[in-house]
Amino acid sequence: MTDAAGAPRERPLSPHVQVWRWHMTMATSILHRATGVALYGGALILALWAVSLAVGPDCYAGVMGLLGSPLGKLVLFGLTLSVFYHLGNGIRHLVWDTGAGLDVKTANASAIANFAFTIVATLAVWAIAFMTGAV
Amino acid sequence: MTSYRTPLGRARGKGAAGHGVTHWIAERVSSAALVPLVLWGVFAALRLAGSGYDGAVGWMQESPLNPVLLGLLIAVSFQHMHGGMRVIVEDYIHKPSTKVALLLLNLFVCALGGALAVFSILKVALGGV
Repeated sequence: MTDAAGAPRERPLSPHVQVWRWHMTMATSILHRATGVALYGGALILALWAVSLAVGPDCYAGVMGLLGSPLGKLVLFGLTLSVFYHLGNGIRHLVWDTGAGLDVKTANASAIANFAFTIVATLAVWAIAFMTGAV
Repeated sequence: MTSYRTPLGRARGKGAAGHGVTHWIAERVSSAALVPLVLWGVFAALRLAGSGYDGAVGWMQESPLNPVLLGLLIAVSFQHMHGGMRVIVEDYIHKPSTKVALLLLNLFVCALGGALAVFSILKVALGGV
């Protein structure tokens, strides 16, 4: 791998994240991983809820008090967004696994559809929660 | 006996093909199971959010369906998130000691959290409160 002069030739580098122009499917891929990590925490919160129910009324009231605080509600709202985003995008991935929908136009369209689904489903869930007096 | 087949000819259709896809398949199977489970979970959360301690215990005991679906939601979620976090660690952490430590931590957190939650659900559902 040397040229005629004997000096090592400049090796090609694989493109790193800084040199990519941002595009939709790149953002949806990164968000899929980010929401997955968020839901890791969310699943641990769900486990905490189940354990507190088994421990007793005082413990349960404490955990529900935490979840019902302004910060708790903010976390739960973020987790609702994450749940619907990761769910919708997971379905995109399952469709892609069949070989369908991989062209740029369809992938961009399904990305927009998933963003819309995420926002509408999250707002619907919180609207129902407010209407039924759950929060 | 000497073989005149090329290395590629011998490798084709053998080797790792068919193996090593276990995690990939497990992640897809669990995600397919989680689609209905998570939608049910959101529905259940809406009902449980304002129902208080007695309401939550009553919900656990009113039918086998609630604790069983919640237990499945927890078990499949923890399996799925273990696989997902494993891939993240393998992607970003290259120092062997740190990688192994984080992979073990991931496994232990998921196993402990999942076991605690499923046991708690069973305890409440079977009237242990």
